[in-house]
Amino acid sequence: MNTSMSGAKMVVQALKDQGVDTVFGYPGGAVLPIYDEIFLQNDIRHILVRHEQGAVHAAEGYARSTGKPGVALVTSGPGATNAVTGLTDALMDSIPIIVLTGQVPTFMIGSDAFQEADTVGITRPCTKHNWLVKETDELSGTIHEAFHVATSGRPGPVLIDIPKDVQFATGTYTAPKAMETHYRPKVKGDLDAITELVKAIETAKKPIFYTGGGVINSGPAASQLLRELVDATGFPITSTLMGLGAYPASGKSWLGMLGMHGLYEANMAMHDCDLMINIGARFDDRITGRIDAFSPNSIKAHIDIDPSSINKVIKTDIPILGDVGHVLEDILKVWKSRGRKTDAAGVKAWWDEIGAWRKINCLAYTAAEKTIKPQYALERLEALTKDHDRYICTEVGQHQMWAAQYLGFEDPNRWMTSGGLGTMGYGFPASIGVQIAHPESLVINVAGEASWLMNMQEMGTAVQYRLPVKQFILNNERLGMVRQWQELLHGERYSQSWSEALPDFVKLAEAFGAKGILCSDPADLDDAIMEMINHNGPVIFDCLVEKHENCFPMIPSGKAHNEMILGEDVETQGVIDAKGSVLV
Amino acid sequence: MSPLKIKKGSTSHSAYNLRPTFSDVSERHTLAVLVENEPGVLARVIGLFSGRGYNIDSLTVAEVDHQGHLSRITIVTTGTPQVIEQIKAQLGRIVPVHDVHDLTVEGPSVERELALLKVAGEGEKRVEALRLADIFRANVVDSTLKSFTFEITGTSEKIDAFADLMRPLGLEEVARTGVVALSREEK
Repeated sequence: MNTSMSGAKMVVQALKDQGVDTVFGYPGGAVLPIYDEIFLQNDIRHILVRHEQGAVHAAEGYARSTGKPGVALVTSGPGATNAVTGLTDALMDSIPIIVLTGQVPTFMIGSDAFQEADTVGITRPCTKHNWLVKETDELSGTIHEAFHVATSGRPGPVLIDIPKDVQFATGTYTAPKAMETHYRPKVKGDLDAITELVKAIETAKKPIFYTGGGVINSGPAASQLLRELVDATGFPITSTLMGLGAYPASGKSWLGMLGMHGLYEANMAMHDCDLMINIGARFDDRITGRIDAFSPNSIKAHIDIDPSSINKVIKTDIPILGDVGHVLEDILKVWKSRGRKTDAAGVKAWWDEIGAWRKINCLAYTAAEKTIKPQYALERLEALTKDHDRYICTEVGQHQMWAAQYLGFEDPNRWMTSGGLGTMGYGFPASIGVQIAHPESLVINVAGEASWLMNMQEMGTAVQYRLPVKQFILNNERLGMVRQWQELLHGERYSQSWSEALPDFVKLAEAFGAKGILCSDPADLDDAIMEMINHNGPVIFDCLVEKHENCFPMIPSGKAHNEMILGEDVETQGVIDAKGSVLV
Repeated sequence: MSPLKIKKGSTSHSAYNLRPTFSDVSERHTLAVLVENEPGVLARVIGLFSGRGYNIDSLTVAEVDHQGHLSRITIVTTGTPQVIEQIKAQLGRIVPVHDVHDLTVEGPSVERELALLKVAGEGEKRVEALRLADIFRANVVDSTLKSFTFEITGTSEKIDAFADLMRPLGLEEVARTGVVALSREEK
């Protein structure tokens, strides 16, 4: 199908042909022709956000909860610069999104025109790829290519900058199939390397699976294959923040999250293992801790679709370049064909060791009678919502780590959090994107009050579209994680880490036309959470929690996995060997 | 208190004090990068080097296949073996990059650089400059009564040596293209 139409109409047509049903956006001068076309059709739903950053995070939430690319549409200049944080966030977490920006007309580019910015220049380092389209004839092809680039290989954000005269001019539309590109990342892993890994699996005495967001990005089939492999081998599995849900939290081999605030047993197992199988994770510094003390005695296998992730920080013994789903399928095939062998006795002894670490119960805390401990709030939230069709978003900070520790994820695509960039203000707009994609589901944003305020204007969006998103704010009137670091590492000098002028969140909710709930007594918490769940509309839940609670376990920066700090309530005597304690 | 409790305010570790312990011996590598000839592609390559803190010793770029729409970027860079591997992997990730070749490790290759040098002088110095140029097989591409402009082609070391010799003889200006390189093997 090659037909003649305006550039603006082409944008809408190309989005339809790519299967897009929702666009998050905010209009402005340089995108008015596209907004005209959106007005004239009913196939694509436009969600009007209140800030362009919100549009991009909402598109991210949509993408992460559906596995489909998210789309945002913003204007030139400030519209584009406001999108930069979201683009960088999506790049760090490998989220496929397509951001369309308006641009001043081609003949005015470079003249410092009103609302002009060098958008492709500004966003070059924070997109997987970007384009400035100068000819209407090239517009549809570029949009199709953008979807291909965003969703193939390691996914990521792309941006298309469209000058206003290109939107007005008429050109020839090309359908998606006619697209040509040399960009075809390799998805099948090398069979020799896979066989080498299988041989290592057969003889390992202390193996561990260390999985990441790559499993989620590879699609639900990859998570299924992972579960099959983990359960068939009986090896323990831990995951990064990004990979939660790929293997179910209720699964028998689950150790919990690893890393700076990961579980004691997961980090100790990473340190002491003899075979580490990294599947779609990238040895982030929050995971590894001190590099030269990182899992010193293990053979390391690394499955990743991005060659630059392999050997970037940690030397890999068995690198396998390919898509997680394809590689897992081949691992299973080869392993089964060689007789499904593992060192059962060795693995059993390994589990006994892990069992001892588990016994210290590293997430233990003392519940208070009159104040709500944040851990308690999340335990109750978990108990009262786990049987729901539930999606969880978070902001960034202590609450995010507690949510990762105390909530259980049974399926992929149920957990939306800003891992790589650590963007405060991510969770609320992301929850809007998730709720749009899953209108009947329970969508909860676990937030801290400081993060939440960063994009609180999106209450307008939530109310306008009647989105029943639940904003579960653990309010400690502090920048909790900053405060924790200041306490532990900066001599208790609490520089600028609290706010003296927080809003009344209940009144704030009411001012937007939503429901507000305040809870400060542990005795009222369950009822209040039930009230939140049962309210059919957006809710701000102001949960006043203990102000000085620290998030443990914690690997202090520059320390190794076996040098964790544990909370005061954790019984450690006799479990930690002398070597580990000397290092602290 | 368990032995694992941290003493408050006891460490001044940066959150990013996590340098890997890879080999820290720097190597010089010549990379040939075949890219789609489209706007911004050079900015992507250069931005990668500046953004990730890699070195560029020299960089040349020109279209080499008009019909295929391809340009060749030759980059000379120095770094530890792991950094060189990262550079290649990161270059390969850029969408309009078709191919990355490390000519330093992929068998024998030839490297050449072209330079123009303006040397001003009179009397014996002028004669000496001309004599040395002859030895180096540099051509005179422009001359005035008080100066010569030489064109010289060769490895970077040869050009360095020639420039060093010209310096006491009145070297005024140098323009160098940077390295271009090809592998010696048949395709």
